[in-house]
Amino acid sequence: MSSPTTQAESFKTLVNHLRAAIRKPEQFTLGYAAESSAFVRFNHAKVRQAGEVQQASISLKLINDGRHADLHITLAGDPEVDLQRLTEGLQQLRDTLPLLPPDPYLLLNLTGWQSDNVQAHPLPDTEQVIGEIARAAEGLDLVGFYAAGPVSRGFASSSGAFGWHQANSFNFDFSLFHENGQAVKASYAGHDWSSEGFARRFEQAREQLAFLGRPLRTLPPGQYRAYLAPAALEEIMGMLCWGGFSAQAIASKSSPLQKLYGGDLAFSPLVSLDEKVSGSLSPAFSEEGYPRSDLGLIVEGKAGAQLVGSRSAAEYGLTANGADGGEAPSALNMLAGALPDAEILKQLGTGLYISNLWYLNFSDQPAARLTGMTRFATFWVEHGEIQAPVSTMRFDDSAFSLLGSQLEALTEERECLLSASTYSQRATASALLPGALVSRLTLTL
Amino acid sequence: MYDFHPRLKERFAALRTGAEFFSLRHVRESGQYLAVRKNVAEPPRFSRDEGAMLTVRVNGVEAYAATNDLSRQGLQTALDRAEALARRLKPHALLDLRDQPVSGDRADYCSPNLEQPFASLSECFDLLGAESASVPKDERLVHWEVSLGVTHVEQIYLNSVGAELRQALRFVYPSLDITAHNGSDTQTRGFGRENFGGQQGGTELISRCGLIGAAPRVADQALQLLLAPNTPEGKRDLLLMPDQMMLQIHESIGHPLELDRILGDERNYAGTSFVKAEDFGHLQYGSNLLNVTFDPDIPEQLASYGHDDDGTAASKQFLIRDGLLLRPLGGALSQFRAGMDGVANSRACSWNRPPIDRMANLNIEPGDQPLEQLIGNIEHGILMSTNRSWSIDDARNKFQFGCEWGQLIENGQLKGVVKNPNYRAISAQFWKSLSAVGDASTFKVLGTPNCGKGEPNQVIRVGHASPACVFSNVDVFGGDA
Repeated sequence: MSSPTTQAESFKTLVNHLRAAIRKPEQFTLGYAAESSAFVRFNHAKVRQAGEVQQASISLKLINDGRHADLHITLAGDPEVDLQRLTEGLQQLRDTLPLLPPDPYLLLNLTGWQSDNVQAHPLPDTEQVIGEIARAAEGLDLVGFYAAGPVSRGFASSSGAFGWHQANSFNFDFSLFHENGQAVKASYAGHDWSSEGFARRFEQAREQLAFLGRPLRTLPPGQYRAYLAPAALEEIMGMLCWGGFSAQAIASKSSPLQKLYGGDLAFSPLVSLDEKVSGSLSPAFSEEGYPRSDLGLIVEGKAGAQLVGSRSAAEYGLTANGADGGEAPSALNMLAGALPDAEILKQLGTGLYISNLWYLNFSDQPAARLTGMTRFATFWVEHGEIQAPVSTMRFDDSAFSLLGSQLEALTEERECLLSASTYSQRATASALLPGALVSRLTLTL
Repeated sequence: MYDFHPRLKERFAALRTGAEFFSLRHVRESGQYLAVRKNVAEPPRFSRDEGAMLTVRVNGVEAYAATNDLSRQGLQTALDRAEALARRLKPHALLDLRDQPVSGDRADYCSPNLEQPFASLSECFDLLGAESASVPKDERLVHWEVSLGVTHVEQIYLNSVGAELRQALRFVYPSLDITAHNGSDTQTRGFGRENFGGQQGGTELISRCGLIGAAPRVADQALQLLLAPNTPEGKRDLLLMPDQMMLQIHESIGHPLELDRILGDERNYAGTSFVKAEDFGHLQYGSNLLNVTFDPDIPEQLASYGHDDDGTAASKQFLIRDGLLLRPLGGALSQFRAGMDGVANSRACSWNRPPIDRMANLNIEPGDQPLEQLIGNIEHGILMSTNRSWSIDDARNKFQFGCEWGQLIENGQLKGVVKNPNYRAISAQFWKSLSAVGDASTFKVLGTPNCGKGEPNQVIRVGHASPACVFSNVDVFGGDA
């Protein structure tokens, strides 16, 4: 596999080639994405499927006379082949532009910004990791997935902008199953694999597993006090991020937070949510070529900034703020509350301790009403003591209720959740979230 | 077509390894996505993707390496890395595949009308622009978008026992969405997307799917929904049209019958199943009207193919007959592990992801009642059409689904439109309430390109064909707005 330094050089070669090939008044933007990944799947504490994937691609946009088109090309890693693919791609776009009408929403960033962020912590040897996992999981029913390797992102434009982002990371996302079918989910992720750190994280999960052996409690539908752990809250935030903060979704009245941005409804003043790019794993520049800065999306329960991509900026008269085409957050940061972790069960009193939620969707999107399932380590708590695991239950409730009138407290401590998503490529998104104590969660099935 | 095949064969023949078995799966994919949003053409998006996955088996342990470097050296390097990984995994491997048979088949497969060139970019934009312009002028219609995606895929599978399988496929995805808003509520009505999803074929699909001329009707329906009352809460007979049956089949028959889920592979991500291995041949999954097939033989359906990505020949099989569960959705590897018959559904989304058990085409066979009869026999019911919300537990049992369009049915007659139609039930009981199945006149071939599963994650094309179906006494309800 080529080294990150080589990848940066390869990208610069393509950029230089493109700059030389452009005929004025043509303009271009060129994005770059590459990764070398080790993927290992575990089932029953053994390796079920393992492999390595090496991939690299560019995203070329050609602009001329107010017209533009985009082409995504997989690279071969061979400089000669890649230059040929870029040349052919440029010609394809040149042939296309005259067929298009001018785009009234084209907005280019003409600044020559520079950004360079390289994090090259050495990654652990895959065989060593497999060995540590196998030893820790001896006698347990572990199922999970380990993904690791360098990820690179680049951006350049004909206006002189150049950004490079490279980071090594690993993410071991796993579950421990009790023989009764109940399970606890955990992850160990970051830049530096520490045998001690992994052992500690694994032990925490193993301790929770002990509670799952108690007889299962089945609850009737109804309304319950509940504590949503950070991973459960992340699922709810994930739904709100699905168009919630998008300038285009808000303008086209299809945001689930339409009533928040319209000033009709608000969350609890405890809720403040930022898109905090600084210090996160995601690149400091967007795929469109705009530097990204931190944004306050919800400020003390009220609507703050929207995420604005360049087309939305042009169409709705807004200022582009570094959002990608989908205008979804990728570095969520929710303000902590005042509830100490040690007080969670006591403050909950009697109700549900929910570690994870699963498969959420809208039952009424304009009302931000959500439905979804409990999954992994959900417990029934009485008088501040865990009593029993709870069988899988469906909830159906409004986000404006859960994070509004029914929100009692947020925890003092927050958890940094790194996305384990590997659709097409390894994700760089993250969320720093507290847990939430709510006085009423509606279970329906 | 297949212009890389001779060079690939030559490079494959030159590969050297100590593995007892190895294979190469080369995928070349190109695509274009065109859209017109509120009468403004979006910039077209094109893509070209190409790479290969090398898989080896060493002492019964398999490993893979996927590479974008298709040179002779690049392929050899990937093969070497896969072999080295397989050797290192030996002490930790879950499976011993020394006795698993491999395919030596040689065959070609291609989509219908593939030899016909697709409409030009200008023709496509003209068509999309005309449809967009036909959305009526009404200030409540705040957003609309007409789009057309086209994807070409060529795949070549070669292995060390002589298999040579080529597939050339073209997928077409037309879509239209119109959103209406009245100051307090928003309703979207779609065409395409989940209620067509796409098919294999050529330009003929654009007219065959009904996109042309659909905008005024779809806009009118969006406006009707704005004015409609909420769906009333309570038990009703539920008539699901094929564009909701597609989702119903997918989530509460397809996923629970995937054999890798039953074997536990997906417990950390996509989930497990309420179905157990011992249920096959014994479990009454639904009423005796329920007949479910794995069917790769409907040429236009999204997941029709000759062989799966492990090289197994695909053929039509009944998974459920007269309501009785017979066979899982498991490819050759899962069949070997579980010791039961399955289907040829070991599939990968591209060159950089390994094959796992996927749904492919999973269909409900038609019954004997025309739509009028289905409606006429319902005393107190509701028709629901076009999925917009889906949620189901990790064992694929407790579900809640929502649709764009609802119409009440009283005393055998279709009545008024209702908005926010939702229903919830439990898979293990729901299919037993199947009380009527539409005939061939209600049968539609649909599908979706967006089924997510697996670690690493994969999103793949699946096809679902279904007649309209009636379920007795289901919990239905509306929204808050």
